[in-house]
Amino acid sequence: MPETTKMQTLLVDAKIDGEIRRHGEETYPHECCGALIGTGNRVTATVALANTTEEGPRRRFMVRPADYRVAEQRATELGGDLLGFYHSHPDHPARPSQYDLDHAWPTFAYIIVAVASGKSEAMTVWYLKEDRSSFEEGELNGN
Amino acid sequence: MATKILIPTPLRPFTDKKDAVEANGKTVGELLADLTTKHSGLKAHLYNQEGKLRSFVNIYVNDEDIRYLQKEQTPVSAGDTVSIIPSVAGGAPTTADIGTVRLQADRELPELTKDEIKRYSRHLILPEVGMEGQRKLKAAKVLCIGAGGLGSPVAMYLAAAGVGTIGIVDFDVVDFSNLQRQILHATPDVGKPKLQSAKEKLVAMNPHVNVVTHDTALSSENALELFEPYDIIVDGTDNFPTRYLVNDACVILGKPNAYGSIFRFEGQASVFATKEGPCYRCLYPEPPPPGLVPSCAEGGVLGVLPGIIGCIQANETIKLIIGAGEPLIGRFLIFDALRMKFRELKLRKDPDCPVCGTHPTVTKLIDYEQFCGVQSSTQEAPMSGSTTEISAVDLKKRLDRGDVLKIVDVREPHEYEINRIKGSTLIPLGDIPKRYVELDPSDEIVVQCKVGGRSAKAADFLRSKGFTRVLNLTGGILDWIDKVDPSQPKY
Repeated sequence: MPETTKMQTLLVDAKIDGEIRRHGEETYPHECCGALIGTGNRVTATVALANTTEEGPRRRFMVRPADYRVAEQRATELGGDLLGFYHSHPDHPARPSQYDLDHAWPTFAYIIVAVASGKSEAMTVWYLKEDRSSFEEGELNGN
Repeated sequence: MATKILIPTPLRPFTDKKDAVEANGKTVGELLADLTTKHSGLKAHLYNQEGKLRSFVNIYVNDEDIRYLQKEQTPVSAGDTVSIIPSVAGGAPTTADIGTVRLQADRELPELTKDEIKRYSRHLILPEVGMEGQRKLKAAKVLCIGAGGLGSPVAMYLAAAGVGTIGIVDFDVVDFSNLQRQILHATPDVGKPKLQSAKEKLVAMNPHVNVVTHDTALSSENALELFEPYDIIVDGTDNFPTRYLVNDACVILGKPNAYGSIFRFEGQASVFATKEGPCYRCLYPEPPPPGLVPSCAEGGVLGVLPGIIGCIQANETIKLIIGAGEPLIGRFLIFDALRMKFRELKLRKDPDCPVCGTHPTVTKLIDYEQFCGVQSSTQEAPMSGSTTEISAVDLKKRLDRGDVLKIVDVREPHEYEINRIKGSTLIPLGDIPKRYVELDPSDEIVVQCKVGGRSAKAADFLRSKGFTRVLNLTGGILDWIDKVDPSQPKY
């Protein structure tokens, strides 16, 4: 049995929070995406990445292997780890889709920010369950 | 002949936190097989259920993607470095998903015929539906629980919209009292099984739809098997045991429940049991005490109300299928037909929910009659003929014999206006606690309502107040009319 009684917490301060929201608003009505870098469960930097999906960026994002490598390299340069990724859901609630689930990686934190009519709204964080059956919502903490 | 494999961050928990490990093999396929044998936790994340590498898993041999080499047959040797590199993808639900639902087994989307394209043209020109959405509707399989007040509009709109397979579970026969709201059935259908009547209407409406009838009472024994082939379950039931049964079966199978319920002038709707959303038990962990909430047969329902709520259920079902808009997940809609107001309550998934919580205690279907405190028919049987009940025929015999019996009708005044037993006294159930003093405990009292439920409660109350000679009329006024006085109208 996985030990999942306690919600995982991701620490995201006002600066990081603002960066993610701004990126989501800038790319609206397209989805934005980027990497979360930090140590432990504290995000210390974001890396905005190009959305390279061929399926239509209004509804999809895709980080290519090359960009993934950039993100991991950047994490190493900053002396941190790659903690996960963020992306926006333009005009859609901040909860993961089946597509998100199908493409999720374990242990990564997935931040989703809802952007409604160009303005960022709810922001949530999700972690893939070990059996890949679903996501578990985590807690975003502003400290 | 060990080859070095670089492990990306998210997979390091499965390789003892190492960013590089070694494995043996002559090809990439062999190498990965060896890797996942040594580190078994990797398997589910690298391979899908069919044993193929997941589409977002990229394997590079010395900076070259194996898709452009010989895929998994790409040869490797000791000096090579193999990297596992994630593509990170995601996004809001789109046409590639079925909302938060996934069509079972990634069913191939069927093509639309020329006739269908013409029929669905008003859908096809909506960008949110389009050809792809319409093909998803055609691929979708939806099960309606009940072909009554809610089931009627649900099934009709789903059929009209082109949902490819519509299942209906029902075992009832059309009755005149259904026609005020159950618009699938018409006057000539009275006496026919509801399934037959429903199928005729739906097929006439849209011959492209496959209507599957399940002539059975839904039970803990058959629910999982019945639900299995369907993508979405639409709950149109009118009682608590079945409602909990539908909810639990949906959670267990991971199928969304497009929920609706109606009573008098008030309706409710939500979408329960999606992966991340709450279920009916997150809202109501326990059923109300039996008898507290009367059924529609007892409490009445405005005929148009199931039309409104059923249409909301059909609407949400279609949205889940095409993946458009914001589903009614985590939101509980309450509609008041008299005030013409919709209210929306936020619902959260309860981590302690006994069915969908983190540590569920209900992992298989239970006895829902017992859970809801409803007496099953086998328990009721020995009660009849006891000294606490009297049948319509026996009551008639005793009255004819000249026995002095005080008949107390505990229904509402508007019901009393429709029909009554001659000489009865009207004291509505709600007034009994303050008006029982009007009754004489030394009298022999017969309490009566429409079918016997409310009067049983009145009898219990009177006994608790020291009345020793209280009889409940079994089957209520309806049985009285059937067996003794057919001249009176029924409702």
